[in-house]
Amino acid sequence: MVTVSAQKPSGEGPGEAQASQPFPVMPGEPAPLLFMRGIAKSFPGVRALDGVDLALYPGQVTALIGENGAGKSTLVKTLTGIYQPDEGQILLEGEAVTFDGAEDAMRRGITAIHQETVLFDELTVAENIFMGQQPRTRWGFVDWKLMRERTREIFARLETDIHPDTRLRDLGIARKHLVAIARALSVDAKIVIMDEPTASLSHKEVEELYAIVDTLKAEGKAILFISHKFEEVFRVADRYTVFRDGKSVGFGLMANADTNHLIRLMVGRTVDQVFPKIETEPGEAVLAVEGLCHPTEFADISFTLRKGEILGFYGLVGAGRSEVMQALFGITATSSGSVTLGGQPYRCTHPREALEAGLVYVPEERGRQGVVLQLPVFENIALPSLGRISHSGFVRMAEQFDLARGYARRLQLKAHSLSQEVGTLSGGNQQKVVIGKWLAMGPRVIILDEPTKGVDVGSKAAIHGFMSELAAQGLSVIMVSSEIPEILGMSDRVMVMREGRIVGAFERGGLDAETLVRAATGNEGAASTSGTASQEQAHAAPHP
Amino acid sequence: MTDHTLDTLAGSPGTLPDRLDLGWRRWMRWEVLLLAVAIGIFLINSFASPYFLDPWNLSDATFNFTEKAIIALAMALLIIAGDIDLSVASIIALASVTMGAAAEAGVGTPGLVAVGLLTGLAAGAFNGFLITRFQLPSIVVTIGTMSLFRGICYIALGDGVYRNYPSSFAWFGQGYVWWVFSFELALFAVLAFLFGLLLHKTVFGRQIFAVGNNPVAALFSGVRVQKVRFSLFLLTGLASGIASILLTARVGSTRPSIALGWELEVVTMVVLGGVSIMGGSGTIVGVVIAAFVMGLVTFGFGLLNVPGIVMSIFVGLLLIGVIALPIGIRKLARRWQGVSGRAKR
Repeated sequence: MVTVSAQKPSGEGPGEAQASQPFPVMPGEPAPLLFMRGIAKSFPGVRALDGVDLALYPGQVTALIGENGAGKSTLVKTLTGIYQPDEGQILLEGEAVTFDGAEDAMRRGITAIHQETVLFDELTVAENIFMGQQPRTRWGFVDWKLMRERTREIFARLETDIHPDTRLRDLGIARKHLVAIARALSVDAKIVIMDEPTASLSHKEVEELYAIVDTLKAEGKAILFISHKFEEVFRVADRYTVFRDGKSVGFGLMANADTNHLIRLMVGRTVDQVFPKIETEPGEAVLAVEGLCHPTEFADISFTLRKGEILGFYGLVGAGRSEVMQALFGITATSSGSVTLGGQPYRCTHPREALEAGLVYVPEERGRQGVVLQLPVFENIALPSLGRISHSGFVRMAEQFDLARGYARRLQLKAHSLSQEVGTLSGGNQQKVVIGKWLAMGPRVIILDEPTKGVDVGSKAAIHGFMSELAAQGLSVIMVSSEIPEILGMSDRVMVMREGRIVGAFERGGLDAETLVRAATGNEGAASTSGTASQEQAHAAPHP
Repeated sequence: MTDHTLDTLAGSPGTLPDRLDLGWRRWMRWEVLLLAVAIGIFLINSFASPYFLDPWNLSDATFNFTEKAIIALAMALLIIAGDIDLSVASIIALASVTMGAAAEAGVGTPGLVAVGLLTGLAAGAFNGFLITRFQLPSIVVTIGTMSLFRGICYIALGDGVYRNYPSSFAWFGQGYVWWVFSFELALFAVLAFLFGLLLHKTVFGRQIFAVGNNPVAALFSGVRVQKVRFSLFLLTGLASGIASILLTARVGSTRPSIALGWELEVVTMVVLGGVSIMGGSGTIVGVVIAAFVMGLVTFGFGLLNVPGIVMSIFVGLLLIGVIALPIGIRKLARRWQGVSGRAKR
């Protein structure tokens, strides 16, 4: 192994070029296309990036790994020109550059596909792809014909057939993602940043994405791939860089790395990968659902939930799991069926009634449904309990603080203060706020919808810990999850849903990943060769 | 209900402080800036005109904003919750016309007050019903009802006028509670206090902020979002009804063009008071100070015989200036902070 450092740019201080470590490169490999060195960025009270280094190579995928709050998002924003770094330098093809805003970065061939794709719902697919760079006719008008044509060309490269005139809002989340990728391809980017691109994709769609990544690699693009999932990183990446607390703590070739090594780098310690499941003896039935139906989303849902049990709900995205849970919580109206909660008939048309009956729901879309991002921690925790702690309609701030303080401590919430806006917390800590707000209501049944989605490894273990402990104390838990290890590790029983129906029920003992995937996809061969399985309808919601 | 404890898991975590002390920055608030502007205008006025500091003149000055300010109190809550009602001035007209018609029919003062309040409530309920029941955007619906209510007034009254109000009715718009303090001003003070309590001290008030910041998360937290929104339209309608009683009693007559264009002045007052037009933040104190600022400006210019057009130009500039100033200050502060922060390292 030899080490190569990028060219020293002219006009820069001589000391700076040697300030950071050079990256190891195999002999005969290309020099990095992009080299970020000693990047620092501070916000009031936080040093988000504290001297990080990053190299991206043409035709290679570099995985950026780190817990939430490690500085990954800040780095992406620095690289795409949204933030200006306080210190450090960016070398693009050996030349020092500063990005004058997002457009400038895009012009220089850097595009990002964001975690929560920012696109325009009301506009057509073609407009979304060419927003800001529409082809013009001779007269200066938008050249719609050329725009559609080029859209078709790009989709042909991606081997998809989305019509250019489709309105974006009519597409599913996976296809929206494809549009975002198409947008990145349309500018002929040299560097493509993918920020947790698989977060809301089903198994098959993930495989399709991997194929697209391979295409991009073959075209010589440098790809920065940000992910929480190690299997994914090992599947697509050639190199890795690990961030911890705003510093880069390790980098290298994936071929020389293993999961334990990466986790050690990431958290600064080894995390016990075993799920903290406490074995319990479930008691009597608490929640009994009988033949629950919805006009379009689900049909004939029947199951029982026992006291102290964790019931897993597995299925592909769009299988109708969240819709069932939101019906139980009173958000979605049902057409028929009956529910019994604690021996009483339970009919619920508003979440308020669900709360009063002792059923709470931790939603999947944390930022939109779970917390009010702009309000402080204590108000978020106290929000559903306000009626309970009020005196004839009046509520004292001190009592809200008392309530929040207790749950923040129990859930090991990491924040500067209880008055901090929830939007400034990391994903894991936001989730703790949602859970805390529900525990304050003293529920009998808690439904967790993808509880660890977008949550860092440390908080993930903590959330699994609370879940286990709460169940051991007699709380009944429903856990909707698309992560097989989580389902296998945490559930006492597992319900599998497909196309709006329950297609399987499994006990904890002897359950394996293949069985689950096979049931969820409805395909005998799906578990082993899910990449080639052509079950287009398997993950489509049963629309009329 | 069971109480679930997690103490075994929580090792020895520190208790989070309620808030971090921000010291002087706590005073870097919109309300403080507005108060400074208000004092500044007061001082300029008292130097510019010898008549300004007379208590009776000052008392007169309050009449040109109290009616609008009463609506602004309710409008502030509505805008914080993420909605808006542009039909308030038309509700004033509608309530005034119904009161006028009732007075023609020989209804006495208590009856007229009841008619005014009920008309306001009914109009607010109509707005709220359309908006919350059919999930229509409030700005569209209330632009519609703005024309609708005003149109009804023109049909009912044409170019006629109602002026047969009983003499005791005039007290609501012209009476004094004590010395120079008018009934209008006293009522505004009481309502401001009540609205302040409602917004800042009650469960309902907390729910207003939750709905304004994120209606979906509020619903998912068990807040009856549509009920909160409906109540606020009702409240705004009621406030418009009150304003209609005061205004009608003050001028002693009703024409269909009464209070024309007031909705924008009310919204200006609310926004000047630091309420985010996007919803989610604001205080009653801010709105009250903003009301006084606008009242002082209008009155001061009136004393100096400044024409109305110049006045509206000034109010426009004031609004833009007061909104731009904190943003400029923040930018400067950040630059200064950046420099000192780097120097420390």
